[in-house]
Amino acid sequence: MVTAKGSMLRKNTVRFGGDQLFEYSVMAIAALNLILVWFLAVIMFSDAWPSIDRFGIGFLVGADWDPNRDLYGALPFVFGTLVTTGIAMLIGVPLSIGIAIYLSELAPLRLKDPLSFIVELLAAVPSVIYGLWAMYALRPVMVDTVEPFFQSVLGWTPLFQGEPIGLDKFTAGVILAIMVIPTIASVSKEAMMAVPDSQREAALSIGATRYEVTRMAVLTYARSGIFGACILGMGRAIGETMAVAMTIGNANKISWSLLDPGQTMASLIANNWGEAEGIQLSALIEIGLVLFFIALLVNVFARAVIGRFMSRIPTTGGGL
Amino acid sequence: MNAYEYRRLKNRLASGLALTCVILAMIPLLYILASVVMKGAPALSWEFLTNRTVGTGEPGEGIGNAIVGTLLLVLYASMIGLPVGILTGVYISEYGNNRFGATVRFFNDVLANFPSIVIGLLAYALVVTYLNVGFSLIAGAVALAIIEIPIVANTTEEALRMVPNSLREGALALGISRWRTVIKVMLSSAKAGIVTGALLAIARISGETAPLLLTAFYSNYWSFSPTEPVASLPLTIFRNYNSPSEVLLEQAWGAAIVLIMIVLSLNVSVRLFMRRNANKGQKVRMR
Repeated sequence: MVTAKGSMLRKNTVRFGGDQLFEYSVMAIAALNLILVWFLAVIMFSDAWPSIDRFGIGFLVGADWDPNRDLYGALPFVFGTLVTTGIAMLIGVPLSIGIAIYLSELAPLRLKDPLSFIVELLAAVPSVIYGLWAMYALRPVMVDTVEPFFQSVLGWTPLFQGEPIGLDKFTAGVILAIMVIPTIASVSKEAMMAVPDSQREAALSIGATRYEVTRMAVLTYARSGIFGACILGMGRAIGETMAVAMTIGNANKISWSLLDPGQTMASLIANNWGEAEGIQLSALIEIGLVLFFIALLVNVFARAVIGRFMSRIPTTGGGL
Repeated sequence: MNAYEYRRLKNRLASGLALTCVILAMIPLLYILASVVMKGAPALSWEFLTNRTVGTGEPGEGIGNAIVGTLLLVLYASMIGLPVGILTGVYISEYGNNRFGATVRFFNDVLANFPSIVIGLLAYALVVTYLNVGFSLIAGAVALAIIEIPIVANTTEEALRMVPNSLREGALALGISRWRTVIKVMLSSAKAGIVTGALLAIARISGETAPLLLTAFYSNYWSFSPTEPVASLPLTIFRNYNSPSEVLLEQAWGAAIVLIMIVLSLNVSVRLFMRRNANKGQKVRMR
């Protein structure tokens, strides 16, 4: 007995060692992720240093991007990103919330899953295919119908000046709106489905219609989740690259008209990557660094908003 | 109209509006699929799938090197991304119930929603600048791996959490050590969920364009070397989408149909696979 007990003990000690080894190895691999990202950010910083050193904080507010004079400023691209993201949110948010309401509150049970899947498939389509499709199908619609319509109604504002060409901030914003729908709709849907049924039952018991239940019980209860979903969608729109690079028309200047071509931070990097070298390359990487910190802020913020009642941010597509 | 009827009308209108939103969102998806099939299918032929891209627009060009390039990129990326992602998921789920685990989980979520062009720049900084390899297959694979890791880690973690605790307790009660419990019992029970996550991650990275533009670049030749630039389907589309040449434009659509078939078949099969598993009583959630 004594020997058996002794050998068991010894065996246990050995097992303990194996456990520790395994735990520390997986921990090291998990830690590697974190370290790697920050290490890479540091290398990016050093790649961008020539530009940071030369233009300083003025880089962010410089309105010129002129390779001939080697003068680089990021303002036109910050502006372009704000405008296209704004259009995307204006169109995308109401649509996505409508979809989320339908999928979580109204859809017949047997349609719920297939419809959710179809909306999620929108996120699975590669960004470059959105761009190709936009050139072939969306652009003619914008040129022939949508843009002339807006011009006839709102032509007196500075927003709709100039000839409609279809390769402009408006088209880029519309394609972005389509691309943020799956993110905002699926996260909002999750937020609405996390609303306890007791809330709905309470509203129903005082005689509320479905619409009233949704407005009073569901939307009120889930509003911070829906807000977080919109922030996530915004993050996606800010970082989205290929579809924008293919539709925005590549003009490195600020213009108020949505019918003028423009450039976003992400599309600038994609459209100039092949040719850029020297200080222009540094400037591009610096713009990437700015995007890095914007993405970090947006995600941390979205998580703080959503995290309170959903344990985890669902992963939908990134910028692709 | 009395108040009750007015409320019912408002209810109907709101429901109709919500349904309209769903239909509006489905139009672009169906339109994209229809365009890709209609414009892409005529381009497909044996020569098209096996010849390489040339870029001059002469007849007889194909996308063979781009198909092989995409497969190589996904293969190399998965050789790094899948093991690291799965082990990270194991750590978060099995050992991560502490502050460090929460940090890893947090950054994992953040990384999963990062713009892929920034990931491309990160991989560029590491492989092209720091390791001085230049535009290459391996740089592209590293970029895709960084995208793959958080997705795989999240789904692995979810899948491990779905394994009933009694299974873990049973294994430990038999005196099996913890790490063997994790490997033999936990991972094999969570297999379905982990495979699902891996396939979704592969679908996601096959369509990535921006990171490849920054790292793997493009080559019109058959290229298998890890340190050389390599062709890929998404970049074939990007190079030709605006081409005045009919042949090159057709090449873009041909690449698009091959790419979308890869991506959608992975997504749909994962969905069917999940449904079958859900019916068996083991629920795997897709994020």
